[in-house]
Amino acid sequence: MDDGVILAADNLTKEFRGFLAVEGVNLRVRRGQIHALIGPNGAGKTTCFNLLTKFLPPTRGKITYKGQDITALSPADIARLGLVRSFQISAVFPHLTALENVRIALQRQRGDSFDFWRSQKVLSDFDDRARALLADVGLSEFESTEASDLSYGRKRALEIATTLALDPEMLLLDEPMAGMGNEDVDRIAALIKRISANRTILMVEHNLSVVSSLSDTITVLARGKVLAEGDYATVSKDPRVVEAYIGAGHG
Amino acid sequence: MSAAVATSGIKVQQATGGMPRHHVAIFIALLAAGIVAPFMLYPVFVMKVMCFALFACAFNLLLGYTGLLSFGHAAYFGFASYICAYSAKSWGLTPELAILLGTAAATVLGLVIGALSIRRQGIYFAMVTLAFAQMVFFFCLQAPFTGGEDGIQAVPRGHLFGLISLRSDFTLYWVVLAITLGGLLAIYRIIHSPFGQVLKAIRENEPRAVSLGYRVNRYKLATFVLSAALAGLAGSTKAIVFQLASLTDVHWSMSGEVVLMTLIGGLGTVFGPILGATVIITMQNYLATFGAWVTIIQGIIFVVCVMLFREGVIGVISKWIKKPL
Ligand SMILES: Nc1ncnc2c1ncn2[C@@H]1O[C@H](COP(=O)(O)OP(=O)(O)OP(=O)(O)O)[C@@H](O)[C@H]1O
Ligand SMILES: [Mg+2]
Repeated sequence: MDDGVILAADNLTKEFRGFLAVEGVNLRVRRGQIHALIGPNGAGKTTCFNLLTKFLPPTRGKITYKGQDITALSPADIARLGLVRSFQISAVFPHLTALENVRIALQRQRGDSFDFWRSQKVLSDFDDRARALLADVGLSEFESTEASDLSYGRKRALEIATTLALDPEMLLLDEPMAGMGNEDVDRIAALIKRISANRTILMVEHNLSVVSSLSDTITVLARGKVLAEGDYATVSKDPRVVEAYIGAGHG
Repeated sequence: MSAAVATSGIKVQQATGGMPRHHVAIFIALLAAGIVAPFMLYPVFVMKVMCFALFACAFNLLLGYTGLLSFGHAAYFGFASYICAYSAKSWGLTPELAILLGTAAATVLGLVIGALSIRRQGIYFAMVTLAFAQMVFFFCLQAPFTGGEDGIQAVPRGHLFGLISLRSDFTLYWVVLAITLGGLLAIYRIIHSPFGQVLKAIRENEPRAVSLGYRVNRYKLATFVLSAALAGLAGSTKAIVFQLASLTDVHWSMSGEVVLMTLIGGLGTVFGPILGATVIITMQNYLATFGAWVTIIQGIIFVVCVMLFREGVIGVISKWIKKPL
């Protein structure tokens, strides 16, 4: 395996009752890069994420993370290796406050937290760190707001803060900016750029201006297959990519 | 160490740490009610209510906080009462040891059945737990030590710590009150522990909890075992109170009753199941003269409750006052 590759998928395939949502995908994500996975609706991007993090079992194929074959691991164990994902639809803990949401992730540092006899007051040790993370995504003033009361854009920001609380080596972000206003998009884009300094990011995103400004490498997926790969200039000129987007009504 | 203290239900230290004021007030009110009750009501009746309140709270710990509907919780309640009754009667164990042994038996049973069923989802989980509970029922019907249809009768209440005779209902009452309050505080602490916080996360958004690296099935299993243990504590205590272990307590209808108590009081609320158990037991007691009609009246009340208060009585009140209860 070539150097610098942190996550690799070989011949990754997922079949839903005869329908191939992901077909023979080979993917190489290099350490330290922001790698974008783009493609029209229904191309199989989310399914790819689900396979890479084992939220879905692949029909065929092999996944390697930091040289280790993780194809047989459970999703929780993959997260513990430092490969942490977010979800396309906002995934917060709705009836916990923003601070508590982030703390749930910080709490993982304690190990398994099976100590049912201890008061949850011990968790207040994490409050400072949680506040710092909330400040990073601009949510300082909402720390005691229940997540369900936050606007959509702020929920997404909270999700990113929660993911970052694990200090993961690699993040898979599924449309982190979907549904955000321009201002939020800029802030989150800057945040992603900043956190990518010592991390690897694989990101699904429809906002092509964000993709072009942030990503080092782009993989285009269409109908479950890799259509093209390269930097933005290369990929955007590829006639098959243009066709796939026009064909899917994306112009 | 402190785990053993908490689950034994006798003594829970620092359980009030960080408890919101209105919860402290409710616990004090419960304690006060518990102290006054035996002077106003028949102590055995109140002890029965307490045993079922603890049972319902134990059940609610599982259903309300992990969303797992066990339809076989009578197995832990009833099996523990058999073990407690047998060890007190045939081995002459002191009541506290017999209760602990019954609780331990329920814990082990919960671990085995939980490990075998925890991966099933939704209705399948209910079916699997029911199937295991039926096996426990038939075991209790057939095993030589359980007394078959007669159960284990005339269980001696014995001497607490070998010293204090519990023959008098009035003396026993304080022991049962201590066990019940201890059990409730233990459950309260479990819900409000770092572990309980993870449970909340799992209940709110399981895939997200997984993506943060939590192995959710282990948390569910741990909760299942804790719930079975506390149900066992309630069942064992009931065996000492009534000096009896019988098939009623392992029967599937008992599993149904505890679901009923929990839903009427308020699923996933701390105090709801206590009210639910009180309502159901009181009803059974005062409507006993109606014979078989009790079941039907109970059914009607249940349907009315579910239609009027979807979240249970305490659940609705909690919404009104906008505070968790
Ligand atoms: N659990 C499932 N069962 C059956 N089909 C599925 C399942 N999940 C996804 N699919 C199908 O697989 C295809 C790829 O879906 P996927 O969600 O991966 O697309 P996507 O690239 O993420 O699209 P979008 O940009 O809309 O998020 C779609 O046709 C979808 O209907
Ligand atoms: Mg998608």
